Amino acid sequence: MVDVRPATLVEAARLIEARQLSPVDLAKGCLARISERNEHLRAFIAVTAEAALADAARAEKEIAAGTYRGALHGVPVSVKDLVDMAGLPTTAGSNVPARPATHDAPVVANLRRAGAVIVGKTNLHEFAFGTTGDETAFGAIRNPHDPTRSAGGSSSGAAVSLVEGMCYGAVGTDTGGSIRIPAAACGVTGLKPTSGEISADGVVPLSTTLDHVGPLANSVSDAALLYYAMLDADAPAERLPAPSPAPLWLGVPEPYFLDLLDADVRRLFAGARGALERGGHAVSTVAIAHAERTADVYLHISLPEAACYHAPLLRDHADKYAPGVRLRLEMGGYVLAEDYLRAMQQRTRLRRAVDRALEGLDALLLPALAIPAPPLGASSIDVDGKTQPVRAMMLRLTQLFNITGHPAIAIPCGRGADGLPRAIQLVGHRGSTERLLQVALAVERQIQQQ
Amino acid sequence: MDVATWLAQATADADARGLPQLKPLLETLAKATAALRAAEDADHSEQAAEYAEDQGDGGR
Repeated sequence: MVDVRPATLVEAARLIEARQLSPVDLAKGCLARISERNEHLRAFIAVTAEAALADAARAEKEIAAGTYRGALHGVPVSVKDLVDMAGLPTTAGSNVPARPATHDAPVVANLRRAGAVIVGKTNLHEFAFGTTGDETAFGAIRNPHDPTRSAGGSSSGAAVSLVEGMCYGAVGTDTGGSIRIPAAACGVTGLKPTSGEISADGVVPLSTTLDHVGPLANSVSDAALLYYAMLDADAPAERLPAPSPAPLWLGVPEPYFLDLLDADVRRLFAGARGALERGGHAVSTVAIAHAERTADVYLHISLPEAACYHAPLLRDHADKYAPGVRLRLEMGGYVLAEDYLRAMQQRTRLRRAVDRALEGLDALLLPALAIPAPPLGASSIDVDGKTQPVRAMMLRLTQLFNITGHPAIAIPCGRGADGLPRAIQLVGHRGSTERLLQVALAVERQIQQQ
Repeated sequence: MDVATWLAQATADADARGLPQLKPLLETLAKATAALRAAEDADHSEQAAEYAEDQGDGGR
């Protein structure tokens, strides 16, 4: 067997299928990196080393016997600790008491059927109710590019686990941007599929209208393979989509989305746009009607839905929540039903507005995160000379597509002068996540050629 | 219930529950609620204007 550390899931899968890489060796390498770096970075809450090695050994035996289940077979992945894994407590990053899950969530069961080797459960912003990963019972998650900075959230540990080679795929969740934000902050790829595509059963809810489950990965191809495995474990092994042929028709939504950006986000986004245009793709400007209503609509849907789920827990365990998370949940209890319904009506309008903006286009193109990863614990940040709340800035470019349900993917597009990653975001037509992945493959290729 | 009344009742309740830290969050939420309701009003005005325009064209 070859002694290699593949850079991507696609490469690992190719070597495993060719029997040039042992799943056991691959898992051991990931577990060693977890052991070396997790105390500092806090990516994992629970490491399932023994089970992972047993699963890897089983995968190796099956493959040697000629049973190859597909690209995920023998590949280490991590699971956000918001998602049930049988026999383990789903802590949700909280001190609020958690019972052991009796069953795998369907998304985990699908990954197991695909032969994935689960190395552990990743750390997160408590109950997924935050964008920075610094309110968690298991220690603030550190950004590998700068440990004084947030890894983004709420799927913070998921993103870090990929950067550090602790796994080759990660399961995350996204209610306002919680896959795409940490992906952008850490320089990996994060996909929020179309609303409802990947089952959220067995996942602790934050806001059932807005919650999505999806993968984080080291590339668009990797994200695609994970997406298919999470969707449907009976899918054929060769499900890697082909990149869209040129030219793509992309639309940059203005105003609102480009109004408030960090200087390096603006520069690198312009660079990515220029690269796409030089590559023969058409990039136009489009408008999403009423986009400025996004934050107000998001608040009036997410807060009461979260408060509803947490009401019994707050009654008995209020003191066990992180203070900031608790206060936001308490706030949700004050939203009037009439205003929740107003927000749901606005949701319909916004969905139609995004559909209209996408007419004639392959995808929308915009930055994924308006600011670089903020300092851990920061509540405000300077953008273009003005002080802005961190939370609002982190959510600004992603939350609309949770409201409307359109699939969206964050792809790295370079580093700022501060050394921190920046990312673009592509948004596709509802119900066409696979088409979005094809577009993303073409865009990723063009950006990497810059 | 108008937003000002809502805010007064919500902050009184937060005080009674020993959660004065909620007040600034409730003030932020109040602004968002006012904006949400203003958006609904704007939509109604827009729909009314479109209807009036359609009625004006309908006689031709």
